[in-house]
Amino acid sequence: MISPIVLEVCVVCLGIFLLMAESFSVKSNKVVLAHGAIFGLISVFILSFFIESNPAQMQSSGFYVVDGLSMFFKRFALLSTIITLILAIDYLPIVQRLVPSEKPGAGTGEFFVLPVFTCAGLMWMASAADFIVIFCALELVTISLYIQVAYMRRSLASLEAGTKFLILGALSTGFFVYGITWIFGMTGQTGLAEIQRNLAINTEANQMAILFGLGMVLVALGFKIAAAPFQFWVPDVYQGAPTPITAYLAVASKAAGFLILIRVLEPFFTVVAFQPKLILVLALLSGMTLIYGNLAAIPQTNFKRLLGYSSIAHAGYLLAGLAAVGDAFAGRAVVFYLCGYFLMTFLAFLVLIPVTKATGGDDISHFNGLARRSPALALAMLIAAASLAGVPFTVGFFGKFFIFESIINQHFYVLALIGIVTVASGFYYYFKVIRAMYWMPPAEDAAPIKISFLSKMAMLVCAVLIIVLGCYPQLLIRILP
Amino acid sequence: MSSLSPLLFLILVPIFSALLIMIGANPRSTSILGSAVNLLFLLALVVFYRPMEIGYQFVSSFPVVPHLGISFTLGADGLSLVMLFLSTVVTLAAVCVAKTPENNPRWYYVSLLLISSGVIGAFASVDVFFFYMFHELALIPTFLLIGIWGSGDRQAAAWKATVYLATGSFILLLGIIGLYLIQPVETRSFDLREMIANAQSGLIPDAPGVYLLLLLGFGILVSLFPFHTWAPQAYACAPAPASMLHAGVLKKFGLYGLIRIVAPILPDSVQRFVPLLLVLLIGNILYVGYITIAQKKLDWMLGYSSVMHMGYIFLGFAALNQLSMTGASLMLLSHGLTIAVLFALCGEIRERTGTLDFSELGGIARICPKLGLSFGFAAMASVGLPGFVGFAGELLVFFGAFGSGEPKIGIIDGKEVFGFNMYQIATTCAVWGIVISAIYMLRAYRRIFMGPLPERWSRLPDLSGFSRAAIILLIAVMLILGFFPQILVNLATPALLVP
Repeated sequence: MISPIVLEVCVVCLGIFLLMAESFSVKSNKVVLAHGAIFGLISVFILSFFIESNPAQMQSSGFYVVDGLSMFFKRFALLSTIITLILAIDYLPIVQRLVPSEKPGAGTGEFFVLPVFTCAGLMWMASAADFIVIFCALELVTISLYIQVAYMRRSLASLEAGTKFLILGALSTGFFVYGITWIFGMTGQTGLAEIQRNLAINTEANQMAILFGLGMVLVALGFKIAAAPFQFWVPDVYQGAPTPITAYLAVASKAAGFLILIRVLEPFFTVVAFQPKLILVLALLSGMTLIYGNLAAIPQTNFKRLLGYSSIAHAGYLLAGLAAVGDAFAGRAVVFYLCGYFLMTFLAFLVLIPVTKATGGDDISHFNGLARRSPALALAMLIAAASLAGVPFTVGFFGKFFIFESIINQHFYVLALIGIVTVASGFYYYFKVIRAMYWMPPAEDAAPIKISFLSKMAMLVCAVLIIVLGCYPQLLIRILP
Repeated sequence: MSSLSPLLFLILVPIFSALLIMIGANPRSTSILGSAVNLLFLLALVVFYRPMEIGYQFVSSFPVVPHLGISFTLGADGLSLVMLFLSTVVTLAAVCVAKTPENNPRWYYVSLLLISSGVIGAFASVDVFFFYMFHELALIPTFLLIGIWGSGDRQAAAWKATVYLATGSFILLLGIIGLYLIQPVETRSFDLREMIANAQSGLIPDAPGVYLLLLLGFGILVSLFPFHTWAPQAYACAPAPASMLHAGVLKKFGLYGLIRIVAPILPDSVQRFVPLLLVLLIGNILYVGYITIAQKKLDWMLGYSSVMHMGYIFLGFAALNQLSMTGASLMLLSHGLTIAVLFALCGEIRERTGTLDFSELGGIARICPKLGLSFGFAAMASVGLPGFVGFAGELLVFFGAFGSGEPKIGIIDGKEVFGFNMYQIATTCAVWGIVISAIYMLRAYRRIFMGPLPERWSRLPDLSGFSRAAIILLIAVMLILGFFPQILVNLATPALLVP
């Protein structure tokens, strides 16, 4: 049996090894690095099933927990990094064009190595149970993402995205640290378990200060999960970043944000005085995020930007699930939704990259006539769009259903009514893509689009899982923590 | 888990045919074969059905989300068999009538088959959740069918229908969640049988909010006035087989749900909102009826007429008694068959002449007698003449509704005077609907089939081949059941739980 920390160590070592290999090898074909990284991460993924989960150990070290939730999210991070790397291999020609270099292909090796470090950060974050550890892990993730977002140095959009992400990311870090200091000042602790113990004995005046600190932390996490009103950066960054990194941001970074949110809020929910206030804040955030994300997505014409708004919208549904914390199933509903979101978002990006390569752009109009050009690719996108919109027999439908079941059970009728507007507009903007693919004629010179073997497999797995979990969600619910 | 239900076969045949088409089978022959097999299989089920027993037969159940009591439960009783029969017969007719389009023929038939599978699944479900899920299976195919192969302003029609239907079904979903949550915690289930058992043992409180959500959700899907505007446009622009399936079968989902789920579970809430519903359904019959008269094109006229006829079925539901609900069930079938024939013929005329404008057509019966005869039959059936099953349905609805409620007695000059209660007023208004439909149907017949034949239409071919067979099939069913409506009444009545 292996100690759980080995997983992160392996991933970091893998990253360092690849970085070394990159700088000392003369080979110009960097795709080998990506294959190496994918292979390494798959090995770690398999390794993760042989971890001893000893509850006694969990209690002894207060800053690092190993429970079902953390193991689940470690695997989630590993898988999303693997798919991001598959996306990155497909995207390589575009990166090469936009990275200045003397030899063709030089300077693109790090594009495959940086996600590995991000992955280590995400996995560490999954186990973090102390504000300091959370902060360090969060920074490891965010800083490596800064570089990845701005990777295409010749693309102004990518540089702009990088700058925006950097400035707002730094700002949110500021809020986070500030919040931690308030909470630390009032409780004298940074470990979440100690804070929970301490909260019970705090006075009324202290509680206000703690709430203030928690508010600051919520602001920072609001940035990470792209909840309104902290969502300004999302559309520009999503549109400008290299597409695989957009997918990574949309899925892994958001999931990590939600995990941290769950972990941080857990001790505070135990205080009776805090509970209604926190639920109100979450419900308000959720309502605003839902309305903003869905309504602003309606007029979009660029597909990446559209997915940016859609990721805001999905954050709204997830927050609604968190607000319904009183319902016994709400927590699992949120995790279920995240898994569904993982599948459908990655599927959409897996289709987007070959289309971008073949047509030279990522507007919705570049999808015109895809059904006749490459029927299989169009079918995959149809499944992704249907699932994102929440059509039954897809995992997206069950995700929404579980969330709404929880919030109605908790009597948040207003949120449910907001849902009517947002779900309807969701149908509209996701169906715009279906319309482009199936209604519109293809361009004159449209030839079938070639897809690499790896992304074909990834697409197949995502599409099949979306349908299977849409028919029989119990498969996933059973293994949820 | 019990043994597999034969109903699963009914659902899977269209899906399986669709898969075969996607991997390369001939689209047209595969769909016709698949639908014919389905119809024969269903007739076999009807033969094996034991009408004397109460409750569902051919039941199989498979838990899907145990902690919420969702299971994939199939089963059929008399009423669902009637609806399944309607679905399979109209599917067969629709794929026979379909004209293989040049662009993307595979998806055309795949979409039709998916709609078919969805409606069959919905009518064969005992679990309310799957009842809902299967209905939604039609959403994307409808969007594609109207948007790609439609006519006229098809894009606007497709968007409008999709947004309306998506909104309506989400409201419905909230209503269904509400219906689940108002049950007592220990016995919560999405199984219709358990829901009704809960209601009968008085465990379900009166829930007007849930009822309004359900009424609004089902109402949008059935094009209840004033949420009907998507329907005429969508049916006018959709290709003929899509209109046949949608107006003929899919739209019955909402009314079936109201009769099947809402009436036995929330009878008090239904009673409470009867005045509202009566006003709306009179809007369907009279207001939409007048709009129908004003139409200048056949496809739009049929679209509006199908909206209008929903009013009668709503009346049957609102009156909530044995007679009226039996009538409503009969009308579900009769309207489905009639509108399917009418849309099929409408498609045939459009294909031949390229126009459906009354002012450009005329005298077609002279050169296409079979077309004219079938249209005549269908028009009569739509008006509700005796000999067609619609007559029996309308009669039962009117009698049932007129006898509903307490008689109003007033005193004028010391004498007792009988007045009409609201049901009787509504029924009186609704009867005028027959006059209205006679006006527009007969006028359409005169404008298209009678009068002088314009020179350019002198070479139109008459009905032939699969289209003719399909239309004969539908009209034959209408006539047989019209002369022996007792078959339907015997099947459907035991399934209706009248509060």
